[in-house]
Amino acid sequence: MPWFDDMAIGTYEVLGSYTFSQAEIIRFAAKFDPQYFHIDPAAAAAGPFGGLVASGWHTISVWMKLRVASLRARAAAAEADGPAAGPSPGFLDLKWPNPVRPGDTIQFDTRLTEKIELRTRPDWGLIRGRNEGVNQRGETVLSFTGQALIRRKPPAA
Amino acid sequence: MREPTLFWEDFQPGSVREAARGPLTKAEILEFAEEFDPQPFHLDEAAAAASLLGGLCASGWHTCALLMRMMCDAYIVDSASLGVPGIEAVRWLQPVFVGDSLTATSTCLATRPSASRPEMGLGEFEWQAVNQRGETVVTLKHWAMFRRRHPAAAAGSAA
Repeated sequence: MPWFDDMAIGTYEVLGSYTFSQAEIIRFAAKFDPQYFHIDPAAAAAGPFGGLVASGWHTISVWMKLRVASLRARAAAAEADGPAAGPSPGFLDLKWPNPVRPGDTIQFDTRLTEKIELRTRPDWGLIRGRNEGVNQRGETVLSFTGQALIRRKPPAA
Repeated sequence: MREPTLFWEDFQPGSVREAARGPLTKAEILEFAEEFDPQPFHLDEAAAAASLLGGLCASGWHTCALLMRMMCDAYIVDSASLGVPGIEAVRWLQPVFVGDSLTATSTCLATRPSASRPEMGLGEFEWQAVNQRGETVVTLKHWAMFRRRHPAAAAGSAA
């Protein structure tokens, strides 16, 4: 990925699309979020969402999956000499405004919104991005502000 | 599906529910990371040791998913949960390394009835997970929706 210093606020990227199958929804939820409306289609039909829906943690994990795939594709191409992504201190303002149902195809994206220089870590900068997932009907299913530490460009020798 | 035993009325501000899980294995960390977060510090011990995180550790999303499972087992699957519309903030304060065990608490901070749905109430919760060294690894804050045991009287119907 680019160095912190070379990133431009406003940069927008479509990370890709992902279709959630019923089997995958159930497999994730059985492991991490075994509420009946995530694992039992018959019971879910009578539940608060009127059918089986993906765990919100599944939806956001797939955002990360596509984010990492995009970073890797770019690292293999033009930005091969750039730094690897650093860790994240957390995220902010997450919303799941609509459920993800079996067969839904979600397009995930990211837009760089903030760059913060860190006095305590001169080798690193903090970026914030506004991230979204939108289904095939144009409904937003996920939005959140992500954060990551990114390397500063070393001074020229 | 189990019959719920916990309704909105059972979540009182100040009440705390506890959860725990045993040591996280390397296989668990790799399985999640390979599918959802294949960055070197979640996959490769040497790369992880050289990173800011200092060792092979779980994806933050994995940590969140593990905390979710702990809370499901502690109370959520027994509740009349109607879902969670979002999360205010998640802070990943320390990495979760291979072999770390977690204990967690869910503290109810506030409750309020739903303004539009008499059968529903909301609760604000803070979750916190701590490792076996006493370090807090993750905190998150959210509002959750639950069915009420006793739905509110419809607005305007009071005599």
